Amino acid sequence: MAVLPIKFTKTKRDKLAQVLWVLNWISVVTGIILFSLGIFLKVEINKRQDLMAESQLQSVPNMLIAVGLIACVINFLGGKICYDCVDTNKFLRWKLVMLPYIICTFFFTLSVLVGALMCYSMHGQLEEALTLGLRDAMRYYKDTDTPGRCFLKRTVDQLQIQFQCCGNEGYRDWFQIQWVSNRYLDMSQREVVDRLRSNVEGKYLMDGVPFSCCNVNSPRPCIQYQITNNSAHFNYDFHTEELNLWMKGCRQALRDYYTNIMHSVGLTVLIIWLFELSVLTGVRYLQTSLENVLRQGDPECESDGWLLENSFVETARSNFNIIKHLGKFNQINISSNGDPNIDKPPTAHYGPDNVPPKPLPMAS
Amino acid sequence: MVVGKMKFTFQKRVKLAQGLWLLSWLATLGGAVTFTLGCFLKTELRRRGEVMDNTDIHCVPNTLMIVGLASMGINYFASRICQDALDPGRFPRWKTFLKPYFGCSVFFTTLMLISVILSYAMKGSLETSLKIGLKNGIRFYKDTDTPGRCFQKQTIDHLQMEFQCCGNNDYKDWFEVQWISNRYLDFSSKEVKDCIKSNVDGRYLVDGVPFSCCNPSSPRPCIQYKITNNTAHYNYDHQTEELNIFIRGCREALVNYYMGLMNTIGAVVLSVFLLQSSVLASVRLLQTSMEAVAGQENVEIETEGYLLEKGVKETFMEYVDPVLKLLLLNQVTPPEAKPEAGATGTTTTTS
Repeated sequence: MAVLPIKFTKTKRDKLAQVLWVLNWISVVTGIILFSLGIFLKVEINKRQDLMAESQLQSVPNMLIAVGLIACVINFLGGKICYDCVDTNKFLRWKLVMLPYIICTFFFTLSVLVGALMCYSMHGQLEEALTLGLRDAMRYYKDTDTPGRCFLKRTVDQLQIQFQCCGNEGYRDWFQIQWVSNRYLDMSQREVVDRLRSNVEGKYLMDGVPFSCCNVNSPRPCIQYQITNNSAHFNYDFHTEELNLWMKGCRQALRDYYTNIMHSVGLTVLIIWLFELSVLTGVRYLQTSLENVLRQGDPECESDGWLLENSFVETARSNFNIIKHLGKFNQINISSNGDPNIDKPPTAHYGPDNVPPKPLPMAS
Repeated sequence: MVVGKMKFTFQKRVKLAQGLWLLSWLATLGGAVTFTLGCFLKTELRRRGEVMDNTDIHCVPNTLMIVGLASMGINYFASRICQDALDPGRFPRWKTFLKPYFGCSVFFTTLMLISVILSYAMKGSLETSLKIGLKNGIRFYKDTDTPGRCFQKQTIDHLQMEFQCCGNNDYKDWFEVQWISNRYLDFSSKEVKDCIKSNVDGRYLVDGVPFSCCNPSSPRPCIQYKITNNTAHYNYDHQTEELNIFIRGCREALVNYYMGLMNTIGAVVLSVFLLQSSVLASVRLLQTSMEAVAGQENVEIETEGYLLEKGVKETFMEYVDPVLKLLLLNQVTPPEAKPEAGATGTTTTTS
């Protein structure tokens, strides 16, 4: 019992082949879209590489790039095949290739789906990478004289200005690290020495933040230092003051930004996957209906097209048997001494009457 | 005296028409590009409109948009004309249309050239406008509670961060203006009272700048206040320190940005102008060479084409006269009134 059979007349077959030809070319374009989405994602992740710890994040854009390229090649080939399928003679050329092609395309479509799902599941890895990366970036903020870290200050400042955020979780993160380099601290001053001594690790901590945390929308000039000290500034209460600095943490800001991008990209890849699946279904119907035409011998006749010849379970079982016997082609059957003709009933045919000839008299 | 006379064989006419068709579609595209560039320039100018005193500079993008639209129309008609040109049956219906068409086309093409010249010439006006606008912006920086000026602070801060500049001419402009509002000054403190008393106008001036002047590329945390006081900060010399705050003035930054934009646009529009002039010249040559063919039996004869039948001045007067007549239509001509007055005078004396 065939799975989802449909009857195809000659005109219907021709139309299907033409439509599939156009759809395959559109799929080449969607393959290029996939490729460019992968490149875009790769560029976006690389732009903030300094702020992310080592992780497997690069696998998602790499997958999309590979899948995009393969999609272009497969759909180009599919377009060529469908173009030739209108003519039954030309179809003979492709007859042996079509089934492997369909199987390959089916597995390829699965990988497109995997790519789309990877986009959505990148969440956890991203959060971890950002937490560790931002923490390190803030720690090395002051090391503008250490090679390899001298641009971290600029990166963090530009990040906080662009994404309108401050610190990892909030602005208080800056109170817990020394972000002013020792090069700019006057060690001869009493105040500096006291502050260094009061800290266990000898760090110069203060309740101040870098200028990049300043909120542009604040009606008053920015208060960066002595933030928690209400008496240091006129008409200021740090509990109620919300417009002075950016309140959002940079981890949340970056996570939201990347999640938005990933969701949009994932949605586009899902839509492309559905499109590829429909094209694959069309090609399968075309292949089975054309094979049935060849089986019936008349190029103009009506034929059936189906997804699977037998039901799902039987097809799976027969395929499994084929795979099982693939490994057995050089094994000998020992039950009949290796001779395959033992114990076989005679099947000789003796002419139209089927009368066995009389045995010839033997000379004595 | 004929201008630009050329001989045209039949084959040459056909080639001219084909080349012209392609050229006119290219020129239509050029007109669309001009229109888009005009829209883009207008948007960019409006984005920073708050720091500009007047809108004189907007004449450049406005002209570009008008010229772009006109150019698309001119070149579309050019392509239609050249399509009909080789067919002697369909060509005559364009006859009455051609004279006003050429008049308009030449007018708009010269307007295109004028817009290119304007884009280079308006630099001075732009600079003056920005100077006054930025001066006001800095002056009203602190007035975040005055309606109509409450977003000046935000505008100036965004501007300084985006264009990496500080102040009008340079950062010292901030020393001459009170940019900290009185709402946030503690008038009971001695330091504040001294500062205000020492100033003639009673303003609170500091040698400090807003945080938006801070340079992210600086290796040390930003020094915003007491900039000129070397002893207030460790290991600091304000004469040699270049990376701490942005040195450049915002007027210079903005003028450079807009002039760069307008130079690029000017170059593109100039090439579109050359393309359109060649289209117009080709249409004129095609039209004049086809006119000689009209009414002839043999269509494949060799004809002459020219750009202008008479000299430049005479042709110009020929076009301008109808326009002048239109404008003088409702003026009464004095010589005619005199004999009338004389006639009425004689009639009154006789009666």
